[in-house]
Amino acid sequence: MHSILKTSFAALAVAGMTATTAFADAHQMSGDLKITSDMSNPAPRAVMEGLVAGFQEMHPDMNIELTIVDREAWKTQIRNALGANPPDVVNWYAANRMGPYVEAGLFEDISDMYENGDLPGLDAVKGALTLDGKQYGVPYTYYQWGMYYREDIFKELGLVEPVTFEEELANCEKIVASGRACYAIGTKFLWTAGGWFDYMNMRTNGFDFHMQLARGEVEWTDPRVREAFANWRKIIDMGGYVADHQSYSWQEALNFMIDGEATAYLIGNFAVAAMREAGLTDEQIDFYQFPLIGDYPQGEDAPTDTFHIPSGAENKENARAFLQYLTSADVQTEINSGDALGQLPINAASGVDADEFLEQGFEMLSNNAKGGVAQFFDRDFTAEMASVGMEGLQEFMVFPDNLDDILERLEEARVRIYK
Amino acid sequence: MSSISAGSNRTTRSWYKRNEIAITPWLFLLPAMLFFAIYVIIPIGQSVWISFHQWDGLGEKTYIGTANYERLLGIGEQKIDRKFETSFWNNLKWLVLYLLAVPAGLFIALFLNQTVRGIRIYKSLFFFPFVISQVVVGLVFSWFYLPREGLLNAILAVFGAGPVNILGDPTLATYGIIAAGLWPQTAYCMILYLTGLNAVDPEQVEAARLDGAKGYKMLWYIILPQLKPATFIAFVVTIIGALRSFDLISVMTNGGPFGSTRVLSFYMFEESLSEFGFRMGYGSAIAVVLFFIMLGFIGYFLYSMWRDEKEAR
Repeated sequence: MHSILKTSFAALAVAGMTATTAFADAHQMSGDLKITSDMSNPAPRAVMEGLVAGFQEMHPDMNIELTIVDREAWKTQIRNALGANPPDVVNWYAANRMGPYVEAGLFEDISDMYENGDLPGLDAVKGALTLDGKQYGVPYTYYQWGMYYREDIFKELGLVEPVTFEEELANCEKIVASGRACYAIGTKFLWTAGGWFDYMNMRTNGFDFHMQLARGEVEWTDPRVREAFANWRKIIDMGGYVADHQSYSWQEALNFMIDGEATAYLIGNFAVAAMREAGLTDEQIDFYQFPLIGDYPQGEDAPTDTFHIPSGAENKENARAFLQYLTSADVQTEINSGDALGQLPINAASGVDADEFLEQGFEMLSNNAKGGVAQFFDRDFTAEMASVGMEGLQEFMVFPDNLDDILERLEEARVRIYK
Repeated sequence: MSSISAGSNRTTRSWYKRNEIAITPWLFLLPAMLFFAIYVIIPIGQSVWISFHQWDGLGEKTYIGTANYERLLGIGEQKIDRKFETSFWNNLKWLVLYLLAVPAGLFIALFLNQTVRGIRIYKSLFFFPFVISQVVVGLVFSWFYLPREGLLNAILAVFGAGPVNILGDPTLATYGIIAAGLWPQTAYCMILYLTGLNAVDPEQVEAARLDGAKGYKMLWYIILPQLKPATFIAFVVTIIGALRSFDLISVMTNGGPFGSTRVLSFYMFEESLSEFGFRMGYGSAIAVVLFFIMLGFIGYFLYSMWRDEKEAR
């Protein structure tokens, strides 16, 4: 529908001005639209500017004002931005990460857009934007997590992609014996450890259990949680991780993989761009799904980035039209392609770009994530639990013997936070 | 006739003219007082007020009395907040070790207080670390400490000592950051002492020399007493600097590993303003505790200043 509209509009515009006015009156919108975006890295920035340009083309009379804020800074600035005189559209993250703003009534409830069919093709991702049965924004991109590994080193050591955790550990033993570390990781900013725990817990105890833990329904001292940590400890004890990972950011730790000192990295698909930039070719890197531990359908981490309308926005109609535009199938295909964001489109009718990793990721999330799709540790758990939790996870990775103390601390926090 | 004109003269003098002496000082003080109230006094009151609430910084505040303080200090049945405990002890480490900048600054100042060719260049070289931003100091030192590529480990390797990961080790990280902080702070104290040394009375030094004082005795009985004002200021800026140490921690370790390098100001920021911090009330309670600690020091400084002034009179 949307693409038809766009092409017909273009055709009419060429045909002559007089013919278009009547048509345009019905569909064109005017007035202001203020957008504040956190897409500050080079590629996302170009995408955001392209989105605005595309939308402007549809509505030439609209006065669109785009402000791009540094992505890290936005995480703390959003509070002030939503308070007085907010913009009409802002970026944020899905699931519990938007909880505080939804509870404070700062994000507009746009459930009606999902209900009346303004957002076709978003049914599969709707859940991530739902809190208490209502939707508070639209997604624009998501990406898979999983094991990115050095294919050439695997070949050199005669290893194949593992399916079970035993195979994973057996592989790791051989890698360690060859003088390398199995996994690169940088936990200075904590969240990377959250990814490992997500997978350890989802594979050991299943997706549903992991979500119960995220909702604070299970005790951290539960034996099942301990079992997940015990599995994790096997890797730590065999020297699977690079040393001193608590001193590196994820980008710094990537060097271990680029230099061949570590063979794999459990990370999101955004790391691929950095690996390619550092000179690794697609023959040298590959991807596999995190191996199976318990007998549970796999749950996967696939964080979703989102757009929202602040409830104090002045031009809500224009903002809604913009959300509709950016989630439409064609626009989704375009902005998530390999030379734009290089991630997965959220519209079911969009095409996935022909890219080794995007195809594998899309295939995995569509067919092999029967357990469910999680957002990520720091988006599924409430803000406070996530910050206390990730600190404990980092400590566990360095001093696994402190586990009892860590779990006790997390449990104490859980009791306090989920009253 | 004359008395009448004198009377009318008096009435034509404006109200301001009549009270000029009494009012003018207040007029000059007014802008400063206004700003001090808006930016210092009122926010302190607000912090105290918020610390009695549970508030995520977005929605409605709920009054919870002293619950934040009870949780922070472990009053009643709950245990003391461990993060608070760590932060508090780290603050003490900062206070004690940061003061090393004062004798170190004195030592360098004495060393540089001579007339050699090009001494100004040496002086400015020593002063250089104070000129660069704390953030840059933090970055430079975190590279210096890097576990593998860092210069420190390269130096240690020359002496055959094993590699250390100072910022990754929870027992060493705080000391590593304090060492980084001492670098600019020493330069600051040095400058204070250099100006102080300019004011030392050469006649007294001459007289002491005639009486046979030299070396350590000369320093302790003749020079140092004359440097008392400089020492006082050096102590004040160093102690306040230690209590507000924040940027170095934020740049070098971000409070980690696992929160072992937090200090009170950083903990306050983390709880209330950082990425995952939605506890304005709790953060304010930490701020209030930090405020009272600082107030203790500042009160002491004000008292000793007042005492000195009274003695001087």
